[in-house]
Amino acid sequence: MQESMNIVTVGHVDHGKSTVIGRLLADADALPDGKLEMVRENCRRNSKPFEYAFLLDALKKEQAQGITIDTARCFFGTEKRQYILIDAPGHIEFLKNMVTGASRAEAALLVIDAARGVEENTRRHGYFLAMLGIRQVAVLVNKMDLVGYSETVFEDIKREYADFLGKIDIKPEIFIPVSGSCGDNIARRSENMPWYQGRTVLEQLDAFHAKPSAENLPLRMPVQGVYKFTGGGDSRRIIAGTVESGFVSAGDEVVLLPSGKKTTVKTLEVFNAPTPERFSAGQAAGFTMERQIFTERGEIVCKAGEKLPQVGVRLRANVFWLGKDPLTRGKTYHLKSGTAKVEMRIETVEKVVNASDLSYLTRQHVEKNEVAECIITLDKPIAFDLAGENDATSRFVIVDNYEIAGGGIITEAMESYDYDTRNIRWSAGGITKEERRKLLGRGMVVWMTGLSGSGKTTIAQEAEKMLIKAGVPAYILDGDKLRKGLNSDLGFSEDDRRENIRRTAEAAKLFADMGAVTIVTLISPFEESRRQAREIIGGAFSEVYVKASVETCASRDPKNLYKKAYAGEIKNFTGIDSPYEIPENPDIVLDTEKWSEIECVELLLGEIAVKAETLYEDE
Amino acid sequence: MDHLDELESKSVHILREAYAAFENLCMLWSIGKDSTVLLWLARKAFYGHIPFPLVHIDTHYKIPEMIEYRDRLAKEYGLYMIYGENKEALDNKQTYPDGAVSRVECCRKLKTEALTNTLNGTWPRYRMNLETGEYEIDKNTAMYTGVIVGARADEEGSRSKERYFSPRDKNNDWDLDDQPPEFWNQFKTDFAPKTHVRIHPLLDWTELNVWEYIEREKIPTVSLYYNQGDGTRYRSLGCAPCTKPIKSNSRTPAEIIEELKTGALSNIAERSGRAQDAEDGGGLETLRRDGYM
Repeated sequence: MQESMNIVTVGHVDHGKSTVIGRLLADADALPDGKLEMVRENCRRNSKPFEYAFLLDALKKEQAQGITIDTARCFFGTEKRQYILIDAPGHIEFLKNMVTGASRAEAALLVIDAARGVEENTRRHGYFLAMLGIRQVAVLVNKMDLVGYSETVFEDIKREYADFLGKIDIKPEIFIPVSGSCGDNIARRSENMPWYQGRTVLEQLDAFHAKPSAENLPLRMPVQGVYKFTGGGDSRRIIAGTVESGFVSAGDEVVLLPSGKKTTVKTLEVFNAPTPERFSAGQAAGFTMERQIFTERGEIVCKAGEKLPQVGVRLRANVFWLGKDPLTRGKTYHLKSGTAKVEMRIETVEKVVNASDLSYLTRQHVEKNEVAECIITLDKPIAFDLAGENDATSRFVIVDNYEIAGGGIITEAMESYDYDTRNIRWSAGGITKEERRKLLGRGMVVWMTGLSGSGKTTIAQEAEKMLIKAGVPAYILDGDKLRKGLNSDLGFSEDDRRENIRRTAEAAKLFADMGAVTIVTLISPFEESRRQAREIIGGAFSEVYVKASVETCASRDPKNLYKKAYAGEIKNFTGIDSPYEIPENPDIVLDTEKWSEIECVELLLGEIAVKAETLYEDE
Repeated sequence: MDHLDELESKSVHILREAYAAFENLCMLWSIGKDSTVLLWLARKAFYGHIPFPLVHIDTHYKIPEMIEYRDRLAKEYGLYMIYGENKEALDNKQTYPDGAVSRVECCRKLKTEALTNTLNGTWPRYRMNLETGEYEIDKNTAMYTGVIVGARADEEGSRSKERYFSPRDKNNDWDLDDQPPEFWNQFKTDFAPKTHVRIHPLLDWTELNVWEYIEREKIPTVSLYYNQGDGTRYRSLGCAPCTKPIKSNSRTPAEIIEELKTGALSNIAERSGRAQDAEDGGGLETLRRDGYM
């Protein structure tokens, strides 16, 4: 399978872009048989002179007007690779179409009419290529036949335009003197310009470099969705998205931004293909997680230990505007970057740039087809990189009403958080709006089992606080407290312990039915009784194993119970003279020896949110 | 990644964007090779599940093998399979095979009108009951606001101007002269009430790419594409009265690929066997503007 490359042709209207492509297709023998004859015949019947441009102008209306309205694509191949040639319109009216065409390209042919020289859109298109990130540009000085194949004319245009491109940091690959209508230096070397010894257009195409892979950059995988399709007993919960840069493998520690949640990649997921070693830049990907966390479309999967993107709500950007109505301050728009979509406003228009002569002016709105430097504020944080660091995550579009009306590249984070999981999550109150929406009205029981002193109560209290702060009803049913009231008639025999659990489960179920996130903290050492609790409560049940060794718990000994148990003052103490059966299949394990309290709370809230999501989907 | 991998990833990305953006999403399945590749890509994107309905417009003049193949795959993959039709035109015999109208007019009635009214939910949608294999009236009559279509840019002129996400207005019309910009993998996912968006995940694929992918993935395709021994096969499928087979000895996807690369077909238009195109002045533009797929 050959490699492929998209090439766009741009330039001022009537400078002959379509003619150059038409000629290229004809001379490179890339047209279907009879196509050329058919177009010639059409021209003869309509009494108009044949032009190579007609080959491309497939639309009736376009032929009537004689200009390219939209981008047309044609396909052809050389021995080296397959090309998609994108013919972008040169008329200012259709700049949005030029942008559409050019943004798909890896390289550009910029066409200048030798007789007319550098014109407004010649410069504007150059400027837009720079903004769109097209770094390979070949300049074709066309219609050389009309200027007597003059080397002086060619050199003058070359000097003038190279000077302009230099100001916007584009270094063109080459200037080629051509004639589309006569075929000079298109697919074959011109005999009319012996002074030019460089490549023909066809040779230049093969000389363009393939886009460098973004695999060596840090991982950026914007989440497109979290899929849980239950049909056919499928229980996988898959984070799906396209890897924009870097790569991801099973076992990688990943961080999701802006939430800052962490998990580990468990398995890479594909359908009807062998599981790959990794998903790399450009690949549509999906993976399951070792620890379930609540995440959603709009977050970016990044890799712990690599350079992380910035997270913020205020940024400086270079913006180009294509909308019918001007871009104005105060109005609410939507910004889409990666898979994130947030509300945005223009805080300040710093300067408006005239893309055709690089002059600028200060005013507080941006008109159609203008470029500007702006400060933008967002209603929610997004994760992003800066222009030059990472193409995919430094770009955004602006949606006005229903339409994409502009685009931009982020040049500066105006208020950057030093990345820190706790700060971001804590400042947001621990629960996102989306989580809250899914949590409200969906009661559940979170059953925390573990040795005395493992950290159940501490974690539960912190999680309860976070939930209540976010407006989600939450309540802790503490085993010790229940023993003083509801269960005060029970002792520590096996039967009494079983009854203790049954009553606690029944009570928790009532709280959950009322809509509360009910957190039970109970040693509950036996697998059998935990299974019984799960049966009583049903689907809205999560078993959380709070893990710490007896030694650790004894050293913590917050209630001085271990000391008494070792001294024989307490009998049947779990972990000392009564067994603790480690949960066989808990929904989540909180290892308090490995993770800090805050991380455990974070994971617990994640588990609660994931559970809420499942309950939400089941409705 | 080779070129097919790139095309596959791009298409999967687009399908996932569409799924995220449109609550009432469907995919048109013409039973042809392109939309069958699309169906396959959707299974890749959603890990063997297809979380939206597949819609087939049945003109009742389709070649019978096409319908058998459709129903077999629908059962095998557990699809939410819908068909729609222009019952009135069929009952009143307002069709080209009945001698009542021209080919283009027949397309307009049996395909375009049926499509429009099936998509907006005005006419009945028939859904396959996966247990019985019978079609029953679908209870969901909500307008589909996102419609995934297997159009490719290399098919003919007007399609080369399509966007990946292409808006259609209230009348189902495509405003070619005022298409929204589309760049940097950001698509038009916002739309006004009563309008909908066509989604084209296969836009960058060529006919050759489609066959190469069918070969690579071993995608089951309808047998009409292959020479069964009489030295002919269909290159493009449509209604029996208006679709003619081409002369070809290709019996397998591999042989078709070889034929497209080097053989007699390398210079003949793909839809040359479709008579309505010629009647529409050489392009599908008139039909397409009105919502033809």
